[in-house]
Amino acid sequence: MNQVMDLITQPWPWYVAGPLIGLTVPALLILGNKTFGISSSLRHVCAACMPADIPFFKYNWKKEIWNLLFVLGVLIGGFIATNFLANPETIVISEATQNDLKALGVTDFTSLLPSDIFSWENLFTAKGLLFFVIGGFMVGFGTRYAGGCTSGHAIMGISSLQWPSLLATTFFMIGGFLMTHVLLEPLMKLVGF
Amino acid sequence: MLVADKKEINVQDPHCVAPNLKQEGEHGAQLIKYLILGILFGIVFVKAEIISWFRIQEMFRLQSFHMYGVIGSAIITGIISIQLIKRLNIKSIHGEKINIPKKEFRKGQIIGGFIFGLGWAMTGACPGPLFAQIGSGFTVIVVTLLSAIAGTWVYGKFAKKLPN
Repeated sequence: MNQVMDLITQPWPWYVAGPLIGLTVPALLILGNKTFGISSSLRHVCAACMPADIPFFKYNWKKEIWNLLFVLGVLIGGFIATNFLANPETIVISEATQNDLKALGVTDFTSLLPSDIFSWENLFTAKGLLFFVIGGFMVGFGTRYAGGCTSGHAIMGISSLQWPSLLATTFFMIGGFLMTHVLLEPLMKLVGF
Repeated sequence: MLVADKKEINVQDPHCVAPNLKQEGEHGAQLIKYLILGILFGIVFVKAEIISWFRIQEMFRLQSFHMYGVIGSAIITGIISIQLIKRLNIKSIHGEKINIPKKEFRKGQIIGGFIFGLGWAMTGACPGPLFAQIGSGFTVIVVTLLSAIAGTWVYGKFAKKLPN
């Protein structure tokens, strides 16, 4: 039993996590003819809370409550994994990445997110404006404009062999590479790292 | 088929990647299964450290195979599953034919995809991990989530004026 628990508390390798995530696709299809996609939940929140007579948000969101329950589950799952199944060791980050990030001013490599960036103290600072407000806005605006995120396009879309999803995923990666290799350094300097 | 005048998200809606194609409504206890599936999904997200800003940085810096392995093997599993469903004509547990809506090309997949990519590398999160990060105790990510909802709303407001 202890060995099983040890296996669970260790970080899960990609060849365990990837297939489990992939199985969400048939699970949703078979359980209720639902197509996997997470960013849609953000649209349903808009439709439920502030439709403001915008045609894009005027639909029967109550039929999509399953999607909101799914993301609530993701939040609860995060709580369970962190509080009951946590890895006792600190996260192992590639040395090359650590060196690159140290050069950018990141100093905390002990948890999943660096506290240098992701802390309440940064909320009303330029750092918070960049990483939470602008970053979050781009995630929400971009995914809806693209019609999906990593789950809807990269996993569900490519799994069903749809080329527009492959195209969208290619541009997710292009944006990500550009941010990481070109824009992140000057932006982080700008906000005081 | 869904009737357009019912104002439901339907297959023809080009913005929707996750339409609900189940024909009858589900209520109460029937919805619990999606909550449970979400919980399992959230556990995998945290246990495989997919919600880590560092893992996303490693991915975009090509310094670790982990995220490519996760996404790649998820896609392969998805492809095999969908092929099996199609070829064996597997029905949903309610006996409905399983329908996968076709995605049409739009310029938004390029422009929006690019903008999301920029935000993904910055926040280290796509929409799914945002929820799992909050659950993991990184509560300040609530602000990122609210901002993402605001971004979605602004897109909806100006959707007709944007190139598409």
